[in-house]
Amino acid sequence: MQNKKHLIIISVLILILSGLVYYGLLASNLFPTQAANQAIPIDWLFDLELKLIAFFFSVIMVPMVYSLVVFRKSDDDQSDGPHMEGNTTLEIVWTVIPLIIVIILGIIGADNLKQVLAVDPQANEIKVVGFQWGWRFEYPQGFVSNELYLPIDQQTVLKMESSDVIHSFWVPEFRIKKDVLPGQITEYRVTPNLLGSYVVSCAELCGSKHAYMLGNIHVVSENEYTTWVDDQVKLAKEIELASLGKPDSGRGKQLYETAGCKACHSNNGSKGTGPTWSGLFGQEVTLADGSVVVADEQYLFNSIKQPALQTVEGYPSNAMPDFSYLKDGQINDLIEYIKTLE
Amino acid sequence: MNKPKTSFKKAVVFYLAGQVIGLIFGVLIQVMVTNTFEPKYFWDLASWLLGVLLSLLGFFYGLVGYYGIVKGLIYQVIGTLFFASLTTAIRWMAGMEPFDMNTFIFTESAWVTGALGGSIAFLAGVGALSDWFKWAKGEKTEDHRHDLKGYIKYFGVSLDHKVIGIQYTVTSLLLLSTGGLFALIFRIELSAPGLQIMDTQIYNSLMGLHGIIMIVSILLGISGVINYLVPMLIGAQDMAFPRLNAFSFWVAVPAAVLLLSSLALGGFDTGWTGYPPLSTRAPLGMSMFFVGIWVAGWSSILGALNLIVTVLRLRAKNMTAFKLPIFVWAAISTSIITLTATQMIGLSFQLVVFERILGMPFFDPAKGGNPILFQHLFWFYSHPVVYVFILPGLGIISELLPVFVRKPLFGYKWVAMSSLGIALVGFLVWAHHMFASGMNEYLRVPFMYSTLLVAVPTGVKFFSWVATLYQGKIPREIPTPMLFVMGGIVVFLLGGLTGPPNATVSTDLHLTDTYFIVGHFHDTMFGGYIFPFFASLYYWFPKATGKKLNERLGKWHFWLMTPSFLILTLFMMRVGLLGMRRRIADYDPLLQFDFWQLSMTISAYLIATAVIIFIINVIITVRGPQNATGNVWRSRSPEWQVPSPMPAHNYDHQFQVVGEPYDYGLEGSKYVEFMVDDEVKNG
Repeated sequence: MQNKKHLIIISVLILILSGLVYYGLLASNLFPTQAANQAIPIDWLFDLELKLIAFFFSVIMVPMVYSLVVFRKSDDDQSDGPHMEGNTTLEIVWTVIPLIIVIILGIIGADNLKQVLAVDPQANEIKVVGFQWGWRFEYPQGFVSNELYLPIDQQTVLKMESSDVIHSFWVPEFRIKKDVLPGQITEYRVTPNLLGSYVVSCAELCGSKHAYMLGNIHVVSENEYTTWVDDQVKLAKEIELASLGKPDSGRGKQLYETAGCKACHSNNGSKGTGPTWSGLFGQEVTLADGSVVVADEQYLFNSIKQPALQTVEGYPSNAMPDFSYLKDGQINDLIEYIKTLE
Repeated sequence: MNKPKTSFKKAVVFYLAGQVIGLIFGVLIQVMVTNTFEPKYFWDLASWLLGVLLSLLGFFYGLVGYYGIVKGLIYQVIGTLFFASLTTAIRWMAGMEPFDMNTFIFTESAWVTGALGGSIAFLAGVGALSDWFKWAKGEKTEDHRHDLKGYIKYFGVSLDHKVIGIQYTVTSLLLLSTGGLFALIFRIELSAPGLQIMDTQIYNSLMGLHGIIMIVSILLGISGVINYLVPMLIGAQDMAFPRLNAFSFWVAVPAAVLLLSSLALGGFDTGWTGYPPLSTRAPLGMSMFFVGIWVAGWSSILGALNLIVTVLRLRAKNMTAFKLPIFVWAAISTSIITLTATQMIGLSFQLVVFERILGMPFFDPAKGGNPILFQHLFWFYSHPVVYVFILPGLGIISELLPVFVRKPLFGYKWVAMSSLGIALVGFLVWAHHMFASGMNEYLRVPFMYSTLLVAVPTGVKFFSWVATLYQGKIPREIPTPMLFVMGGIVVFLLGGLTGPPNATVSTDLHLTDTYFIVGHFHDTMFGGYIFPFFASLYYWFPKATGKKLNERLGKWHFWLMTPSFLILTLFMMRVGLLGMRRRIADYDPLLQFDFWQLSMTISAYLIATAVIIFIINVIITVRGPQNATGNVWRSRSPEWQVPSPMPAHNYDHQFQVVGEPYDYGLEGSKYVEFMVDDEVKNG
C-alpha cells in the first residue's frame, strides 16, 4: 500500500537523521571541561537529553519535510486532499507514550539531583561572601582571601551569603550554580576532580559591574592546599602586626580594590553611592543630623566599623555593607591610603 | 467633528520642531539640576528623550490635529505634573522633604502618583472614558459610533473591533521596532569583548527595556489578532463590550510612555525581572518601569474578560464548542490565563514600589522580609504569560495549515483540548525559573515533573500538524503565509526541544542565567509568536484591506529572516553552554566567543532588514490597487465568505453552522450557511 511505503521510508529517515543529529551534537564540543564529581551525573543526563532531542527533532522534521517534497501538487490541481479527520488510537498513543517518557525522565532527573546533592559529612567548609562586585572567601582557619583554593577529590561545602543584592555563584566547569542571597546562607557542595584554575562568575544581574564580578579558583593537591592554608594564616598574622605597627597605603589600596570599597567610594572625586575619598582626610564633613565633623583617623575608623552611626548628609543611610570583619590593622591601612588621595 | 487641516508634511515639520525645542529644554533642565553646564548635555540621553516625546507629539499633531492620541498625551503630561505637584504639596504640608534633586526634582512618591494620575488623565484626554462619564450622569450614548473617514480614526477612540485590532497591531509593530532597535544597538557593543560604545549602566537599561518592550509588543500583537479575528470567526458584529475594548487598547499607550520614560529618569539595571534587593535600590527609572507594567496589566485583564464573554455569548447559531474555529480555542485558553494571572505581576511590582516609597520591607531580610518571596509572586504570572505569548500563534498555525494543504486539521478536538491543557499545566511550573535561587532543595522536584508535563499537550499539537501535512496537497509554490507557518513550526520545535534540559533540575543548574536560556526563549517566542504573527498578517491582510501583500517581497522577508534567526539562536545556545552568562555588557576575551558574538550581531541586522522589507511591502501594497476582494485562500472560514475589505458590521446576514470547520476533502460539505431572511439587527 502506498501509505505503508511512505511510513517505512519516513521511519528509516528518522533513524538516520536522529543518528546524524546526535553525533553531530556530540562532535560539536558543546560543554566545557568537566572538573567536578557533581558534573558527572549532570553531563550524563545532558547526553541522554541530547539523544531525546535528536530523536524527537527527527520525528517531527522528517515527516514534515518528506510531506512538503513528496506530496507537492501541480498548479492545476485545485482539488482537496483526503478527508482524514483524525485517528483516536493514534492520538492516545502519542499522548500516552510522551507522558510515560516524561515521567521516566522525571524519575531520572530526581535521582540525578540526589546524586548532585550528595552530602559528605566531613566536607571542607569555607564561607563565601558575594558583594557588588567581587568575591571574598573566609577560611575557618582565620584568614580572608580573594582567591578560592580547593583541595582536589575532597568535597568542599561553600556557605554563601551576600552583603547586598542577589548574586549567583557559577563555575561552568563544575556545572552547578547557586544564588547568593542577603540575610540567608545558601550551600554549594563541590568535589573538584581536575587540577587547574577556573573562573567563578556571578550569574545573577547585580548592578552595573555584574559583567566583571569574577573570581579565581585554584584546584590543588591535598598537600599544596594545606601548605597554602598554613602560609595564608601566617601571612595574615604578619600583615596584621605590621599594619598595627606601621600602616601601609599600598596594602590599603589593595584592600580598597579587593574588599569592594571602590564600588561605592571613588578615589578621583566622581560621585558614587558613597562619598568620594579624594581629598577626604582632614576635610570638614556635614553629617545627616546637620552637625559638622572633621574626617580624622577616628572618624574614618568608626565609619568603616560602624557606618550607620554617622551618615554623611545627602547619602543613603544604610547602603554600606558590613565590613566589621576587617581587622584593625587593615582599617589602618585603608586610612593610610585615604590620606594619600588628594 | 470637524477634521482639522493636517498633512504628512506638517507632521514632519512639527516632529523636527519638537526635537529641537525638546533638546533645548532638556539641556536647560540638566543645567538647572546639576548647577553646571557641560557640552555633553547636547548629546546626553536624558536631554534627547524630552525631544523625542515632543517630536512624537508634534508628529501626531501634524497628522491629526488636537484629537485622540495628541489630546491624550498632552493630558498625560499635564496630569503627571498635576498629581506629582499634589503629592509634593501634601508632603510639604506634612513636614516631609517636598523635593529631591536626586530624583529629577520631584520625589519618587510624587513621580509614582504622577505616573498613575497621568495615565488616567491620558485616558480622559483620548476619549476612552467619555461614554462612561455620560452614563454616570444619566445620559445616553450612541451604540454604533460612526468612525471618522480615513486614517484619522486610528488615532482616537473607535468602538469598531476591526479598527481597534489594527490599532493594537500597528502599536505592537512600533514597539517591536523600538525594542528591536535597542537590541541592534547593544548587539554592536556585544560583537567584541571590551566596552566600545556604551557603559554598563546604559547597557543594562537598554537590555532590560528590550525585554519588557518586546513583551508588551507581543501582548499587544496577540490582542490585535484576537480582537480583529474572533468576532468575525464566530459571526458576531463586534466584541461584547466595545468601549471596554477601546479602553483596553488605549490604556496600553500611557503604559508604554511610562516604560520609555524610565530611560530618561535614570534607567534601571535589573533586567525586566526586577528582582529585589537590586530593584529596591535602583534609580527612579525602576519605579516608572514598575508603574508602567502595572498600568499595562489592565489592558490584558480587561481584554481577556471581553474575549471570554464575547465567545460565550455572541456565537452564531449551532456554533457549539467543537465547531468553533481552532483559533477561538487558542484565544479562550490565552484569555483564561491573562484574566487570572496578570494580577500577580502587578502585585509583585506594587510591593517593590511600596518598599521603595513607603519603606515596607517585604523583601528586605534585614527587616524580616525575604527576596525569594518576590520571585515566587513574580514567576507565578510570568511563567503562565509565556503560554499567553505562544497559544494564539500556535492557534494560527492550526488554523492556517488545513487551508493551505486542503485537509482537515488532524484530531481537531485533541488540538482544542491541548490549548486548555497547556494553559492549565502552565500554572503549575513557575519555580523552574528559580531552581538556583536557594529555594528548598527538593521542592524543585515536583516543579520539574510539572514542567516536563507541558511537553505532552505541546506534542499533541506538533503531531497533529505533521499528520495534517501528511498526504496534504502541498502547493507547488508555497505562499508566504504558509512559509511563515512552516518556519514557526520548525523554530518552535527547537524552542520546545531545548525545554527538557531546562526542566531537569541538575542540568538546569548549568543552564539557568546563561545564553542558553536566551536562545531557548528567543526560539519559543519567534516560533510561537513572531512567525505565526507574520503569517497572520500576510494571510488576513487581504481581508482587512482588499489587497494582497507582494509575494516576492514576502519571500525575501521569510528567507532572509529564518536562516539568520536560526544562526542567532543556535549560537546563543552554544556560547551559553560554554560559559556565557546572560545580561552582561561585556565578556572575557579568553572565552573566545568573538566569532559567535559577531555572527549573532550580523544575524540580528539581517533580521531587522527582513522586517524592514515587510514594512516596505505594507506601504507599497496599501498604496496599490484593491485586487484581492474575494476568497483569496479558498478558505471555508466564515469571514472569507463575504467580500473584502470586511463590511462595517461584519455580516449583513447572520450565518448558522451546518458542518465542521475543517472538512476539506468532504464532497459537498459547507461549514457555514448565511440565513438570508435574518438581517443583522443594528443595536
